Amino acid sequence: MPFSEEDRARLEPQVAEIIGRYPKPRSSLMPLLHLLQSEEGYISNDAIRYVADRLGVTETEVTGVASFYSMYKRHPVGEYHVGVCTNTLCAIMGGDQILATLEEHLGVEVDEPTADGKVSIEHVECNAACDYAPVVMVNWEFFDNQTPESATQLVDDLRAGIPVKPTRGPDRLCTWRQASRVLAGFNDGLAGEGPAAGPASLVGLNIAKENGWTAPQPPDEPKSSPASKGASR
Amino acid sequence: MTDTLTPVLSAHWDEADGFTLEGYRRTGGYRALPQALNTPQDDLITAVKEAGLRGRGGAGFPTGLKWSFIPQGDGKPHYLVVNADESEPGTCKDVPLMMANPHTLVEGVIIAAYAIRARQAFIYVRGEVVHVVRRVQQAVADAYAAGYIGLDILGSGYDLDVVVHAGAGAYICGEETALLDSLEGFRGLPRLKPPFPAVAGLYASPTVINNVESIASVPSIVANSANWFADLGTEKSKGYGIFSLSGHVTTPGQYEAPLGITLRELLELAGGIRAGHRLKFWTPGGSSVPLLTDEHLDVPLDFESVQAAGSQLGTRALQMFDDTTCVVRAVLRWNQFYQHESCGKCTPCREGTYWMTQVLRRLENGQGTDEDLDKLLDICDNILGRAFCALGDGATSPITSSIQYFRDEYIEHQKRGGCPFDPAASTLFGSR
Repeated sequence: MPFSEEDRARLEPQVAEIIGRYPKPRSSLMPLLHLLQSEEGYISNDAIRYVADRLGVTETEVTGVASFYSMYKRHPVGEYHVGVCTNTLCAIMGGDQILATLEEHLGVEVDEPTADGKVSIEHVECNAACDYAPVVMVNWEFFDNQTPESATQLVDDLRAGIPVKPTRGPDRLCTWRQASRVLAGFNDGLAGEGPAAGPASLVGLNIAKENGWTAPQPPDEPKSSPASKGASR
Repeated sequence: MTDTLTPVLSAHWDEADGFTLEGYRRTGGYRALPQALNTPQDDLITAVKEAGLRGRGGAGFPTGLKWSFIPQGDGKPHYLVVNADESEPGTCKDVPLMMANPHTLVEGVIIAAYAIRARQAFIYVRGEVVHVVRRVQQAVADAYAAGYIGLDILGSGYDLDVVVHAGAGAYICGEETALLDSLEGFRGLPRLKPPFPAVAGLYASPTVINNVESIASVPSIVANSANWFADLGTEKSKGYGIFSLSGHVTTPGQYEAPLGITLRELLELAGGIRAGHRLKFWTPGGSSVPLLTDEHLDVPLDFESVQAAGSQLGTRALQMFDDTTCVVRAVLRWNQFYQHESCGKCTPCREGTYWMTQVLRRLENGQGTDEDLDKLLDICDNILGRAFCALGDGATSPITSSIQYFRDEYIEHQKRGGCPFDPAASTLFGSR
């Protein structure tokens, strides 16, 4: 559906803010697409027309960008978009089995939402959480150390409207559209939620602490400084 | 004698509020910044050169040298762009760093931008990690509010703006010139070099592009001295780095150590390969570098030694696979990744990765022939060094190295007419 005058009036300050971040307007193309994805849940032809119009470029150019990046969807996905990592490491650790289980359980194809519109699935490439393999992402939040059973429970909870909590993320999972808004650069105030680090991120630090290992003291730092350790002097 | 592990970047990741401005300041954060702003720019560049910091994003190019390539007094705006698009398979260090300690990155950005005389910096964060995007956005906003970013920073007269820019899912944008095209609002296609970004980068202006871990290492060099950094590590690979252990290892995770530590030492700390199995093959630096095997446990993990062993240190992404893993399946999957992520700009990579997937699938299914192995090596030969950027080169690494070390396993697939391995045995939950 084309963006109404009302929609445009509401969006315009946000669009202007995004464009204003950059020395050249064209740089705002990606955050603008994230913003419009947060409006409609995907990048519609109307969204492409809107962005092209606003930046003074052709629709073909905007389409070229929208189709290049896999996070921009050209058709509606679920309110909760589930990505199962099936790059080599996660696949071998169990990601292949998790994806197969979810496909069978939900009875949907990749990127196709369930009939209730709640959940869609896709396979994703390495999501930089290999020490938490196998990894599942929902709306680009981490669900670490998954099994076919835990992932099945996860999608069932999402469909039933039961709140779920990412392993390393906010206290409650945001919707697909809300997440897209954060990617457009609009801080949702949830940065303070969730742990600073997950357990695997801390294993080296914990071993270092158990052994009393640290980086060397800087050469000219006095031994009595508050930062120095030990009880000498 | 240096300790086995030397947490610097990760030293405070266990602080519950370490990602906040207050948490960072409590543990010594933003103390390097005033010191840096009182130092002439050229002296900072010299310090980073003398520290011997080499790019932590995989290529290992000397960071200070990169900064020194920025022409001075050229009248053009300069830009600092942080490559926070961590996507190399196996690589999982920048994401936890930005989640637990985004202010180290922000402090490094301000110092680096000042040093190269840039008034505008961009942090290009991978889009597929929303909570990391939030943490970095918040850190930048808090740094603005505290007067660390913006006009006349800490009364120094230096002005800087920092924009957090989220990507949208394209591995190729980790290639620095593709990242620039993406940041300019285009498809992420690599550019022909020269001109290098130091001369004509973002908006055709002088630009430095550095990895997150490189930039986050800068405050420690300023605060503790170049010598302090250079005393860690090996002669040519100085300093510390985060080693990411994943796969069939008892305790996967992040281990920060001086460069030059060996996998044997790391495995000892990590409880070894999972019980009842032995290491079959591993990547020292992501999937774009040649595989190594259990013959290489004592190779010092520094740039020179890993190269001498026939691979590359890359991003220190140590993905480990035990004896239950089919190497053909692993390599097929990596190749499908490169095929999917190939931007399509150059023919060797676009077509080569496509055809190699067909051949590898046939081999994995046991329908291959001896000629297929030669065919793969021939295609690799036509990609390596002939592709437009490093993506194509990287795609050949798992294939050529796996044929080098595991040719018999490829042939075994043919003999049996199928894969001799049970994929369930490789999973974490399959043995239950």
